[in-house]
Amino acid sequence: MSGALLAAGHRRLDKTRGRDVTGGLLAGLSGVAAGLIVLMVAIILGNVIWFGWRTVTWDFLSKAPEQGMTAGGIFPAIFGTVALVILMVVALIPFGVGAAVYLHEYARPDAWFTKAVRFAVNNLAGVPSIVFGLFGLGFFIQFVGRGIDRAIGADVWWGQPSLLWAALTLALLNLPVVIVTTEEALRAVPRQMREASLALGATRWQTIWNVLLPQALPGILTGAILSVSRGAGEVAPIMFTGAAYFLPYLPQSPTDQFMELGYHIFVMATQSPDVDATRPLLYGTVLVLLLLTFALNLTAVLIRGRLRARLLGRS
Amino acid sequence: MTLDTRPIRSEDAARPATPLPAPESARGRGTTAEAMARAPIHTQDYQLFYGKTQALKSVTLRFPEHAVTAIIGPSGCGKSTLLRSFNRMNDMIPGVRTEGTVTVSGTNVFDPGTDVVDLRRRVGMVFQRPNPFPKSIFENVVFGLRMLGLRDRVELEARVEQSLKQAALWDEVKDRLQASALTLSGGQQQRLCIARCLAVEPEIILMDEPASALDPTATARVEELVLALKEHYTLLVVTHNMQQAARVSDRTVFMLSGRVVEYDETSKLFTSPSEKLTEDYITGRFG
Repeated sequence: MSGALLAAGHRRLDKTRGRDVTGGLLAGLSGVAAGLIVLMVAIILGNVIWFGWRTVTWDFLSKAPEQGMTAGGIFPAIFGTVALVILMVVALIPFGVGAAVYLHEYARPDAWFTKAVRFAVNNLAGVPSIVFGLFGLGFFIQFVGRGIDRAIGADVWWGQPSLLWAALTLALLNLPVVIVTTEEALRAVPRQMREASLALGATRWQTIWNVLLPQALPGILTGAILSVSRGAGEVAPIMFTGAAYFLPYLPQSPTDQFMELGYHIFVMATQSPDVDATRPLLYGTVLVLLLLTFALNLTAVLIRGRLRARLLGRS
Repeated sequence: MTLDTRPIRSEDAARPATPLPAPESARGRGTTAEAMARAPIHTQDYQLFYGKTQALKSVTLRFPEHAVTAIIGPSGCGKSTLLRSFNRMNDMIPGVRTEGTVTVSGTNVFDPGTDVVDLRRRVGMVFQRPNPFPKSIFENVVFGLRMLGLRDRVELEARVEQSLKQAALWDEVKDRLQASALTLSGGQQQRLCIARCLAVEPEIILMDEPASALDPTATARVEELVLALKEHYTLLVVTHNMQQAARVSDRTVFMLSGRVVEYDETSKLFTSPSEKLTEDYITGRFG
């Protein structure tokens, strides 16, 4: 009897040991996976910095491309990227936040319309970016733009690729991100805040505007940060809707075409007449794009940190 | 069980109240019966359901003007639900249904024509946990006024000073009105919430266990404040703490399972309750 128990105990012990080995192996594998990620980022960054840093001079940043992109700088592309991202955020935030406020504050959760909106938002997030590009071309340029042109009797003014349509296409692409993060941020505002405001005789809208949105602002900024990082690097949505191969001038209005860093990288990598002459420029451009995205991110993160500190009463 | 209660007129207020319009000069100084007659808040056969669960059962009560009425009872007895009916804070909970009437200053709050926003300006509320906005002390106090569209800086500053003085907080914060309200202690935050509520000059103040999250010293200050406020306001205070009810209130409602068991002068309810259930509760046999 006691012998059998002992044997069973041994078997259990053996099993535990086996589990320890499996556990150790899994821990090791996940460690390797995590390490690989760091390694890859290090390789990408190292490579870009190593081959690119010599190219990034003031001239490179402030001059336009010359001699078929084998010389000169990338200023028009930097300008275009910044303009694109700013326009995108301007269009994106009111729409995204508006939709999130509707979904979280006004919509009845079980109404068919609410379900339809949620379904649309979720699916929008899964649409490949090239499809957004085609949609932008078809909807914004062909339909809306040409429509405006016909209405005002212009020849071709709105109905062509431009900064505006590219920014709107990018905004559409990023809409789900902003809606989801804003809704999350609204959900995180304590119920007591809403009650305090309503009990003081604030209307529903006053409560949203004066209490809920200010407290959700760090969360909304998170959405903006994510969309800016993504927006600055996306090429597919803008190549049909506004980005130009090469422009001898800077865009003067939102209806002009523009150069953009991501697209410029694509063009230099595939269309250069002299690959060897272009290579250092290509590396430099990639480095600038990374730095620009990083700088935009950092700014937003700093602003968000400040807002959070203020909401917690420290500042 | 003996409790320290201040002398309260022992007139039997349970007799049917006759609607006697008292002269303006007598406001708040008449007998309890007169105050009852002017009851700014009363309910008639009021019932409330959360879906299929009935939380309030045929509640008929009249609350006297310029007095403190305590609502006591064990957790889940419906006292907070009752309190939140007077400014319709239960509206936010999905699936709530009501029957009967709740009258505040002459109008049934459930009338379709009732302006809830206006109602909430007349009926202020202080919550269980201090809930100042993450804004400055100044902005917290003027919040309700700003929502009313008041912009004049001088007027706002005057109201801030007045409200903070009424809430016995002015001396502690007058030099740092622009500091975040979250830098205040819990007790100060609660008094700030009271000041915020006073700033919009309500007629009635509802307090939902206003001291339950505070330490004894802060609790004592809030209780002093409640006593001082009844000079100008009608107060309803929900509390878990029977000593507190005895200390601050003129009349007390004892509730159990959504029903009013007993409603009487506080001194009477705590010394010689008419109901066995009340006696059992106040002597600590349950709850």
